[in-house]
Amino acid sequence: MLADAALAVMWVGLTCYALFGGADFGAGVWDLLAGGAERGRARRGLIEHSIGPVWEANHVWLIFVVVMLWSAFSPVFAAVMSTLYIPLTLAALGIIARGAAFAFRKASTELWQQRLFGACFALSSLLTPFFLGTVAGGVASGRVPPGLAEGDVLTSWLNPTSMLGGVLAVVTCAHLAAVYLCADADREGRPELASVLARDAVISGLAAGVVALAGIAVLHADAPALFHGLTHRALPLVVVSAVAGVTGLGLLARRRFVAARAAAALAVAAILWAWGAAQYPALLVGSTTLTGAAANASVLWAVLVSLGAGAVVLVPSLWLLYATFQRGVPERPSSR
Amino acid sequence: MTRTLLSAGVLSVYAAGRVSEGDLAAARAQMGFSLAWHIIVACLGVGLPALTLLAEWYGIRTGNPAHQLLARRWARAMGVLFAVGAVSGTILSFEMGLLWPGLMGRFGQVIGLPFALEGIAFFVEAIFLGIYLYAWDRLPPRRHLLTGIPIVVAGTASAFFVVCANAWMNQPRGFTVRDGKVVHVNPWAAMLNPAAPPQTVHMILAAFMVASFLAAAVYAVAMLRGRRDTYHRAGFFIPFTLGAIVTPFQIYVGDWAARFLSRYQPTKLAAIEGVYRTRSHVPLTIGGVADGNGLKYGLEIPNGLSLLVGYDPGTVVKGLDRVPAAQRPPVTAVHWAFDLMVAIGFFLLAMGLWLLWAWWSRRRAGGELPTPRLFLAPAAAAGPAAVVALECGWSVTELGRQPWIVWGVMSVRDAANPAPGLMTGLWLVLVVYTAMTVATVYVLRRLARGTPVPRAPQEEDVARYPVV
Repeated sequence: MLADAALAVMWVGLTCYALFGGADFGAGVWDLLAGGAERGRARRGLIEHSIGPVWEANHVWLIFVVVMLWSAFSPVFAAVMSTLYIPLTLAALGIIARGAAFAFRKASTELWQQRLFGACFALSSLLTPFFLGTVAGGVASGRVPPGLAEGDVLTSWLNPTSMLGGVLAVVTCAHLAAVYLCADADREGRPELASVLARDAVISGLAAGVVALAGIAVLHADAPALFHGLTHRALPLVVVSAVAGVTGLGLLARRRFVAARAAAALAVAAILWAWGAAQYPALLVGSTTLTGAAANASVLWAVLVSLGAGAVVLVPSLWLLYATFQRGVPERPSSR
Repeated sequence: MTRTLLSAGVLSVYAAGRVSEGDLAAARAQMGFSLAWHIIVACLGVGLPALTLLAEWYGIRTGNPAHQLLARRWARAMGVLFAVGAVSGTILSFEMGLLWPGLMGRFGQVIGLPFALEGIAFFVEAIFLGIYLYAWDRLPPRRHLLTGIPIVVAGTASAFFVVCANAWMNQPRGFTVRDGKVVHVNPWAAMLNPAAPPQTVHMILAAFMVASFLAAAVYAVAMLRGRRDTYHRAGFFIPFTLGAIVTPFQIYVGDWAARFLSRYQPTKLAAIEGVYRTRSHVPLTIGGVADGNGLKYGLEIPNGLSLLVGYDPGTVVKGLDRVPAAQRPPVTAVHWAFDLMVAIGFFLLAMGLWLLWAWWSRRRAGGELPTPRLFLAPAAAAGPAAVVALECGWSVTELGRQPWIVWGVMSVRDAANPAPGLMTGLWLVLVVYTAMTVATVYVLRRLARGTPVPRAPQEEDVARYPVV
């Protein structure tokens, strides 16, 4: 029961990272596709403006998930990190390149520097979610055995399910970002930019749909246990995801951008929870269950109570953050 | 103690150290390098917000545009440093698993609590940093100043929690090993272990010192180049004063930390001081080279160490002879790192006293504080020196614990990832960090290279000054 609570909390963190961090990564992907320095200026400006104040807070969800995993399910953490250390190292390097380059680009004034840092930011925004997706695929397809580096360091992430996970992560991030950004563009009174972004959101949404459909075949052949879970116990969540995805596209077409944000978020969250439901109670498919890996009750209690207390501080703070930046700048002279 | 040593045998059998020599060295180098890098940025992340708030508060109170511009520029630097600090910190949490899965698989749950709390503190820090940096034009000045306070509090709290986890590696508590399994975990006892108080306080004060002396050094250099306007003077004196205030406390805490070692980690103290034989009337040796029996060519102060440890020349100091040779830390490296840290500490103390004397004599005579080149040159050196002291202190803590990753319980070898190819990871990390270092230094230099404030500026103009 306590272990279930810890797992649920960790999964909430993972969902938040997929949604908020995913939108950040996706923004980087759109930054990459924005075109040359002149043509892409408006779009890059919007991206910088929209994610600048929030990306660090969004990024913390990843740390939260990592820490929850090692505190509550230490053996699983050790097994995953040691076997999948190649994609995880690459994702870690991508995280460095991305965060640092984003900050550097903001602080530089010359075009060549902005180009260099921008390219670094955008490219790592593409690669990092891809590698994280391959990690998810490796775990979901049962390629991580318990123990230290017991799995194959290459095939654990170079396999059909991992590739599916990587590609799906990238297109999903792109979709989330486009939906997120067009609501921002619309609010800031830039309808023409919002329209372009809405078009991109629809394209990326369709792409995500196509990848997901193709994924059915891949999972059927490569990860039968996961496939079985997704088509049986987790089926309602899969359906919710599909319906939310289609609804979101309809809302985009009707320029209902804020509602489209909610639909896109629901679609992504539902598929994550479907994965969780499909392999529950296995943490490492085929070997380690929740109860087998869970920490001492004293630890789970301490961590959950601390997080509960922390939430009392965090929730109003997060609200303050998003509230401060999700409304227009007040008409005030900027002198002080 | 008997129990933990017994359990060490059990754990070694469990992990059996499958890692190759080369990969183990690579893992150690990668962890050491990325920690050494992060620790500097993390210290700036703790100390710089406090300096920025001081300048902003000064600016609001006096209406002096120089202080306001300083606050804005420091805030920009803070944004850059926080970003690289956040990502390099994330890498560390990855590396805990990528490089040391043996440690985390076994003891992750024991030290999970401080990291979870650190996560919360870091989250608060990130949130308010976002607000502070970006809401400058959206909030009235005083309220804006208030949004900066949680950054300082949360930054200090993160440092506290993270160092608690490190302290646990020096004083493992709060668990029992039975049949090779960790049972009866008490995460609070693990977090609040006896090493936590001296280590956390020492680290937090170090963070303020490093940030203060480094920031002051930037303006000391500018003043040496002849830019002595209000802006540069304030940029020098605000941080330098803070650093000078903290230093004597730090020296006191350092003494406490060393005394703590004599009681709880005598092997580390023995390595620090090069004491091979347990005995009384131990001299204090400054410098020297370890030859396996003692320190050669060092400057000896008779009875010095016995006096420092127990205020009595008859105090017995435990030596390295208490443990087998394979369990001794690298003496020369640890000893030199410690001596260098202490030397720099006293140099910084002297600089602080110099400032105090200047302030006192000027108070009687009136006018501005004098800034002779004779003072500014060592003041500029104080910044890099503080960083060197920081790295030395950290080396003492980490190298002094070798060959243990968890003191007396688990060896570094048994914690390492047995997967092949860690050496490649090391090279990749070195390349990425080198690029990041170059870019960070470049961007910070650009931020510091500011236009000085004109003699009589209009207050409204300040907001329009180029911040970059």
